[in-house]
Amino acid sequence: MSIQSGFLLPDLSEPTAAGFWAGTARGELLVQACGACGAWRMPPRPMCPVCRSTEVRWEPTSGRGTIWSFIVPHPPLLPAYSALAPYNVIVVALEERPEIRFVGNLLASATGAINEIDPATIRIGEPVRVVYQQVEDVSLPRWVRA
Amino acid sequence: MVGIGQTAYGKGLPDTELSLACQAISMALDDAGIAPSDVDGLASYTMELNREVDVARNVGLGDITFFTQVGYGGGAGCGTVGQAAMAIATGQCEVAVAWRARKRADPSSRPWAQADARLVDSQQWSRPWGMIRPVDEIAMLTRRYMHEFGATRDHLANVAIAFRKHAARNPVAMMGHKPMTRESYMNEPWISEPLCRPDNCLETDGALAVVLTSAERARDLKTTPAFIHSFAQGLPPQHQTMTNFFCDDPLRGPAWSAARRLYANADVGPADVKVAQLYDAFSPLIPLSLEGYGFCGRGEGAAFTDDGALEWPNGRLPTNTSGGGMSEAYVHGFNLVLEGVRQIRGTSTCQVEGADVSLVTSGEGVPTSAILFTGEP
Repeated sequence: MSIQSGFLLPDLSEPTAAGFWAGTARGELLVQACGACGAWRMPPRPMCPVCRSTEVRWEPTSGRGTIWSFIVPHPPLLPAYSALAPYNVIVVALEERPEIRFVGNLLASATGAINEIDPATIRIGEPVRVVYQQVEDVSLPRWVRA
Repeated sequence: MVGIGQTAYGKGLPDTELSLACQAISMALDDAGIAPSDVDGLASYTMELNREVDVARNVGLGDITFFTQVGYGGGAGCGTVGQAAMAIATGQCEVAVAWRARKRADPSSRPWAQADARLVDSQQWSRPWGMIRPVDEIAMLTRRYMHEFGATRDHLANVAIAFRKHAARNPVAMMGHKPMTRESYMNEPWISEPLCRPDNCLETDGALAVVLTSAERARDLKTTPAFIHSFAQGLPPQHQTMTNFFCDDPLRGPAWSAARRLYANADVGPADVKVAQLYDAFSPLIPLSLEGYGFCGRGEGAAFTDDGALEWPNGRLPTNTSGGGMSEAYVHGFNLVLEGVRQIRGTSTCQVEGADVSLVTSGEGVPTSAILFTGEP
C-alpha cells in the first residue's frame, strides 16, 4: 500500500495490531490483553510475556490519561510533517493503568491541528482525553485537554 | 587489540563505502604488522553495507573461518569487537578484523528519511503522530528524565561543551575548528525540543577498523596492545529500542544490563575507570550512561556533568576525549572504540595520565555493548 497523504500510517492488514486499529475506527481506544491470564500489554504482540499464551482479547479503556512526556519536533522532517512543524508529540499514560502508554498529539479541539497548542503551555501530568481523526483509511487517536 | 586504522572524516568523500572500509582495514593491519593473509575472522554491524566477501577479495584476506554481524545500529560497536575476541578465545579464528564504514553525511542517507511503505512493526506506535527521527524518540525520554530528576539544558550543554573542547585538540575532528560556549549552545536552533542541534551527533563519511589477536601473539607484535579485560552486551526486559516508552521503567536503559555483566566479569569497577568513551548520538545519553555504568546513582547523571567533570585533563572522568560522535565524527560509535585503545596506548590528543582502565560503550537507548580495555592482560 502506498502513502498518499505523505503521513506515515500503519498497515491495517497486519494481524497483530489489526484489533487496535479496528477499535479506533469505531471510536474505541482498546488495549490488548492476554486471553489466558488477563495481563494488559501495549504495544500489541503475539505472545503474553507473563504466561506465554497466544490467546488475545481487546479490552475497552476510559480513553483518559495524563501527559507522561512531550516533544516539539522542528525540521528537517518528512515533507508532510515539515509543513506542520513545529508541532507537539505527547506520550499519554492511561488513567486506570499508567503503565499502559500511547504516543499521540495534543489538540485544542477534536477537529484541531497538531500545531495549534502553544508548546510552552504543555505540562507533564496534565489530564487528557482521547479523540479520533481520520487520515486516509486510518482513525488516529489524538488527545485534548480533559 | 593490536591494530587500529581510520580514513579521513568528511562530508561527500569521493571514495565508495567499500573503498573506505578496505582502506581502514588495510591501515589497521599495517599498524599491527599483520599480513592480510593471516586474517581469518571478520565482524561488523548488521547495518554495514559492505559484505565480507567484498572486503576479503579487496584486502586479500585468507581463509575466513569466523564472520559475524551485530545488530541494533550504534549498539553494535563494542559487540563486533567483543564477539571477535570471543571467537579468538574459543579457537574459531586467530586474527580478527572488526570495522565500520559509512557514508552518512548526505542528508539523503538519513535512515528515517527512507520511509516508503505502510508501517507494520513497532514504528506504527510512534511515527504516525510525527515522532519520526531518533532525535524525537530520545527527546521524549529526555523531557521525562528532566521532569523526574531535575536535569536541565545546562547539563546537556556541559556534555556538548566538554566534547567540543576535546575536539579542538584532535586535528582530525570535524568540529575541532568550531569552539562552543554556553551562550552559543543556547542560541542554536531546536531540532526536537528539548534537544537543539549540538545535542545531536554529526553526519559523517568515514571508516574505521581494528585488528585483534590472542594476548600471546600480541606480545610478538610491534604495537602496544590494549587488552579486552571484559565485554558484555545488554538488552533489558521489555525493551523496545529508542521508542522505549512502553516498559515499566523507560529511563533504566540497556546500559544497566550491559554494566552488570561487564563488571561481574572484571577485576575492576567503575571507580577504577580512568577515562570513558560513552556513546553520544545525543547528549542526554551521557547522563543515562553515567548512571547505567555505575559512575553515579540513579538520577544523578546530569549533576555529575557539573564542574567540568567530563573534561580533560582535570575532570573526575574525562569522557569522549577525541570529541566523540558529537564533535569528532559519527561513524556509528566505532571511533569511540579506537579512542579507547589510544588511551591505553598513550597516544590520545587528550591523553589521560595513567589510563590503565579505559571504558568504551555503544549505543544507549538500543540493545548495546561495552568493553573495558586495560593495559595489562
